[in-house]
Amino acid sequence: MPTTFASQSVQGAAATGVFSLSWLLIALPLFGAAVLILGGRRTDRFGHLLGTAMPAASFVIGLVQFFALLGRDAEDRAVSQHLYSWISVGSFQVDAGLLVDQLSMCFVLLITGVGTLIHIYSIGYMAHDTERRRFFGYLNLFVAAMLLLVLADSYLVLYVGWEGVGLASYLLIGFWNHVPEYAAAAKKAFVANRVGDFGLSVAIMIMFWQLGTVSFAGVFGAADRASEAALTAIGLMLLLAACGKSAQFPLQSWLGDAMAGPTPVSALIHAATMVTAGVYLIIRSAPVFEGAPDAQLVVVIVGAITLLFGAIIGTAKDDIKKALAASTMSQIGYMILAAGLGPVGYAFAIFHLLTHGFFKAGMFLGAGSVMHGMNDQVDMRRFGGLSSVMKVTWFTFLLGWLAIIGFPGLSGFWSKDKIIEAAFVGDGWRPWVFGIAALIGAGVTAFYMTRLFLMTFHGERRWTEDVHPHESPAVMTVPLVVLAIGSAFLGLLLGPTGAIQHWLEPVVGSHGEQTTALPVSVLTTLTVLLVAVGIGLAWSMYLRRPVPATAPVGTALTRAARRDLYQDAVNESLLMRPGQYLTRSLVYFDNRGVDGAVNGVAALIGGTSGRFRRLQTGFVRSYALSMLVGAAVLVGIMLLVGV
Amino acid sequence: MNPMNYVYLSALLFSIGAAGVLLRRNAIVVFMSVELMLNATNLTFVAFARMHGNLDGQVIAFFVMVVAAAEVVVGLAIIMTIFRARRSASVDGANLLKY
Repeated sequence: MPTTFASQSVQGAAATGVFSLSWLLIALPLFGAAVLILGGRRTDRFGHLLGTAMPAASFVIGLVQFFALLGRDAEDRAVSQHLYSWISVGSFQVDAGLLVDQLSMCFVLLITGVGTLIHIYSIGYMAHDTERRRFFGYLNLFVAAMLLLVLADSYLVLYVGWEGVGLASYLLIGFWNHVPEYAAAAKKAFVANRVGDFGLSVAIMIMFWQLGTVSFAGVFGAADRASEAALTAIGLMLLLAACGKSAQFPLQSWLGDAMAGPTPVSALIHAATMVTAGVYLIIRSAPVFEGAPDAQLVVVIVGAITLLFGAIIGTAKDDIKKALAASTMSQIGYMILAAGLGPVGYAFAIFHLLTHGFFKAGMFLGAGSVMHGMNDQVDMRRFGGLSSVMKVTWFTFLLGWLAIIGFPGLSGFWSKDKIIEAAFVGDGWRPWVFGIAALIGAGVTAFYMTRLFLMTFHGERRWTEDVHPHESPAVMTVPLVVLAIGSAFLGLLLGPTGAIQHWLEPVVGSHGEQTTALPVSVLTTLTVLLVAVGIGLAWSMYLRRPVPATAPVGTALTRAARRDLYQDAVNESLLMRPGQYLTRSLVYFDNRGVDGAVNGVAALIGGTSGRFRRLQTGFVRSYALSMLVGAAVLVGIMLLVGV
Repeated sequence: MNPMNYVYLSALLFSIGAAGVLLRRNAIVVFMSVELMLNATNLTFVAFARMHGNLDGQVIAFFVMVVAAAEVVVGLAIIMTIFRARRSASVDGANLLKY
């Protein structure tokens, strides 16, 4: 496999001109978060405006930097900015620095661009919430942490952003924490993420131990010399981190519950940006994975399992947000799969990440718009026939739907089909297993997304008595339109022209000419055919036949998918209960063993003292006698010893 | 005269004093016995000072006298108070400070 890594490109040139403003990208939203969170109710009146202006300003800086990068040669597009020396212990040196290159620029534009749109949308969506200002504060905190994550130039700085987005995600999932289930969902997300964070910290420790450095440039430079075992260990730990953050198998269970947060949060954090951090981590660490084929294989397996897992769950969910969450899980499975394939997939993983950021954020916001008009109901069995009353939402959702299922010409067609093609590259059993998994995934995706779309917007009206659906205000529909345009045309802009591969090539290595196990034209035809089958199946099941208002019992697979394929039950019986037994036995040991010993010694001393206390009779003459006897004994001893 | 006789006398006086402290109940008498013991030691100090031909013992004897005078003041005041409160000066009666 021809791989050309320009590891020196990670070093980057010194930041000058507009690139010396890189720190502002992070500082602006952080400032917004600080003002809104610390300022309290005083900032209620302008909080949402400030909160929207900050990421918008970051977006403008990002755009200017993007065009400045375009003006440079491909090899000179990595710019690093040294901020300050963070840790300096003997020979160990960690600088806090930022790295702007082609890869992080993709993310900067996605985070600030889509982020700004979602901020604007939230102005309308959260208009009736008394805590809207706090919501914007948390969103800004998230944007700042996410930007730090993608702009970091070392794993340790990345870790700070990594924890920051986890915190923001926790705060936002539990934003309505007066509802106990929502608070529990936030806790679940946080705990599942901790498992992944643990993996990242162990990976950093192994890097320090084996390679002696934690900066990107240092690690990638030393990766050639490191042993394969060390690289495999680092790779697997990084994968664990990615699994936690990106809701990949086996740490996927938190994402469905995370839909407890307000819908803009689901769009921004749990669809477009934070959950893709794992994909970023794996692709950024490409030189590590290149040296560890075993770890790469595990990455591909995890991606393949998750993409099918999420797709199957998505087919049975009646909660519109949870169906979208399952879809997110599945689509990120595609990205992880592509990221594990090596240079043949890196560019497409990022490409799919970008297009997915647009169409999934658009659909989440569309779902939010539907909920806004339907008294916050989420049960699709109570929707239906909304296309005539919510025209803008319907049309933008239509574009998102066509984009995700890979309708020819729209974004998903260019990005997802490329991943399917990449999965078929190679020889032996791998292209067949992973390629067919990706193909089936595409068909199932078409089925569940069509089901979701038809159940929500078409068919008969199954509304409950008290709802009066209406179109959302312009402040919500305009971001929808912008995202829908992105869903439709971003793929066309970057895909067929090969722009995204050329852009990313200096960072992720060249794509090279690859031969697929089946001809590309056959693969494309097959994919489109499967998608058509999926659509047709969904159409016959959910449009031609009436949709019952309560879910039918269904087959064993449907019931399993409804319960997230028993992932919670498995976690509960394998991890939670043994954990509880362990803590209970530890508490028992602590109470009886440790406390017993301590209390026993104390009781022994107390009891003995109680006995000895009786010697204090209060009779002065007996004290005098004991003094006299004591003195006499002392004198006697001295005489005997002859001092 | 043999200076050791003073030492014998002082031992005798000390023993009488100690016996008085241990055996008598009246606080005044106990107090007097304590004084007897103090002066027995004073006598020993002076006798040894004489035997060794230096003044250290004499000086210590003065100190003991000064301290004894101070102690008498405090001690008698306490005994007076106890007597007023309890209508008796028996040392066995005042045994509340125990356990």
